[in-house]
Amino acid sequence: MSAAADDQFYREYILDHYKNPRNYGRLEHPDITHEEDNPLCGDVVGMDFRVEDGVISDIRFHGRGCAISQASASLLTERLKGLSLDEAKKINKDDVLGELGIDISPARIKCALLSLKVLKVGAYGLAGDDEE
Amino acid sequence: MTMAIAGRAQGALPNQPLDVAAIRKDFPIFETGIAYLDSANTSQRPKQVTGAMLEYFEKFNSNIHRAAYRIAEEATVRYEATREKVRAFINAASTKEIVYTRGTTESINLVAYAWGRKNIAQGDLIVLTILDHHSNIVPWQILAAERGAHIEYVDIDEKGELRQDQFADLLQRGPKLVAFNLVSNAMGTINPARDMVAAAKKAGATVLVDGAQSTPHQPVDVRALGCDFYAFSGHKMLGPTGAGILYGRRELLEAMDPFMAGGDMIKTVRIEGTTYHDLPWKFEAGTQAIAEVIGLGAAVDYLSALGMDAVRAHELEITEYAYEALSDVEGLTLYGPPPSRRAGVVSFALEGIHPHDLATIADRDQVCLRAGHHCAMPLMTRLGVAATARASFYVYTQKEEVDRLVGSIKEAQRIFA
Ligand SMILES: Cc1ncc(COP(=O)(O)O)c(C=O)c1O
Repeated sequence: MSAAADDQFYREYILDHYKNPRNYGRLEHPDITHEEDNPLCGDVVGMDFRVEDGVISDIRFHGRGCAISQASASLLTERLKGLSLDEAKKINKDDVLGELGIDISPARIKCALLSLKVLKVGAYGLAGDDEE
Repeated sequence: MTMAIAGRAQGALPNQPLDVAAIRKDFPIFETGIAYLDSANTSQRPKQVTGAMLEYFEKFNSNIHRAAYRIAEEATVRYEATREKVRAFINAASTKEIVYTRGTTESINLVAYAWGRKNIAQGDLIVLTILDHHSNIVPWQILAAERGAHIEYVDIDEKGELRQDQFADLLQRGPKLVAFNLVSNAMGTINPARDMVAAAKKAGATVLVDGAQSTPHQPVDVRALGCDFYAFSGHKMLGPTGAGILYGRRELLEAMDPFMAGGDMIKTVRIEGTTYHDLPWKFEAGTQAIAEVIGLGAAVDYLSALGMDAVRAHELEITEYAYEALSDVEGLTLYGPPPSRRAGVVSFALEGIHPHDLATIADRDQVCLRAGHHCAMPLMTRLGVAATARASFYVYTQKEEVDRLVGSIKEAQRIFA
């Protein structure tokens, strides 16, 4: 039996974000929109941002893929809403992984960080550096 | 240095039903408790194979073809002995037709480069299939782009089998090259290769068969098959990584220029020019994967001792068992043809659970399961999925491992319910 280990990995709130994603959908006429995929597993995450006076006033994400990629995107949108762009810029890989709060194997790191890549590449036009 | 029985599984007689319990004793990795369901990706390797390699390292480690001392002669003999084993294993006419490569990918690239650049011209047609592995697509795409040739892909029907009507139509257009896999790694489909090769040859095409998934799992006879080139990898057939084979019909290989140039592939080098070595060494430049090739020879011995008919029969039994068991799981979609027309590969999807999540949960149960696009993205696109989960079997696979997979699937469904 491995249920304990599984449940540790697929924690209730991660499954909840996967099954009931927050801020899911599209914005009409977003100020910023960007999508990234992870061809290896077929995960896709896209985000639409509304920015007013330098603050993210609204945000939606869309996509498909594994629980980790989608839950991570859902969690990130919750965190981003209401943040200034400058604050959002400071979010890094450790923040995202910390929020997930689980041990992620090297093979799944890309899933977990796909939404961060969308944020960085899309919203800030930074080069798409692979966060590994 | 006796190795006469190195490849023989204990007590095995060719083509008797496999004694899986005895076979598993040859694979120390199973002592770890894993259920290994990813042999289509890479197989496990028995002690006979690692032992043959270790013996080289510990007793006659040296370079081949170049030195006059005794251990180097021993190394050369062992290295070259694999060629005859492989020749017999696939029933090629001559060892001159057996070229060592790093694997299927290199074999196909060799043909695309050394045959393709000489023979594919502007406007030529290359026929591939939607079932092909990236390694039998991308080299041809590069060649086609360079030459102004174009590529057509044979589609599949709803059972996951190649549309032979469409293949026949494409042959009418006189393709220069036809290349396809005998067995699909993503769905397990066994293609009617003999008929396809015969039709393609009749249409005047040169034919390459990707044997990466067929050679390890069923009897192969390249002369009966009738193809011009046949490629496969040692690491999927109990051998080590880094050693594979290109079979090519002698007259084609003779007419080809080298793929890579350097040491060992030459006869004489003068400042004014160079003459190349005879077949097959013309295609083997530089210091080779000596231990790996010796290991591959031991793997061929091991499989030959089991008998490839028995190997196929065992895998069919496991595949039928898995097919039944998985068919009973609610919300599970199986891809591809029924067990009798597929190799030991079962590709599937679970409703509401991404294959990677399933693989992660299975991993907690020490069940090694592949999730992804299986290097067949055109096929995934055709199926309308991003990825599938895949279980694949081999000589050492037990029904109990399939049961463990079903257990992991149920566990995933519980977690995701
Ligand atoms: C059908 C098929 N062709 C080609 C390959 C490539 O083999 P290798 O990676 O050993 O070169 C594979 C391996 O996955 C395969 O399954």
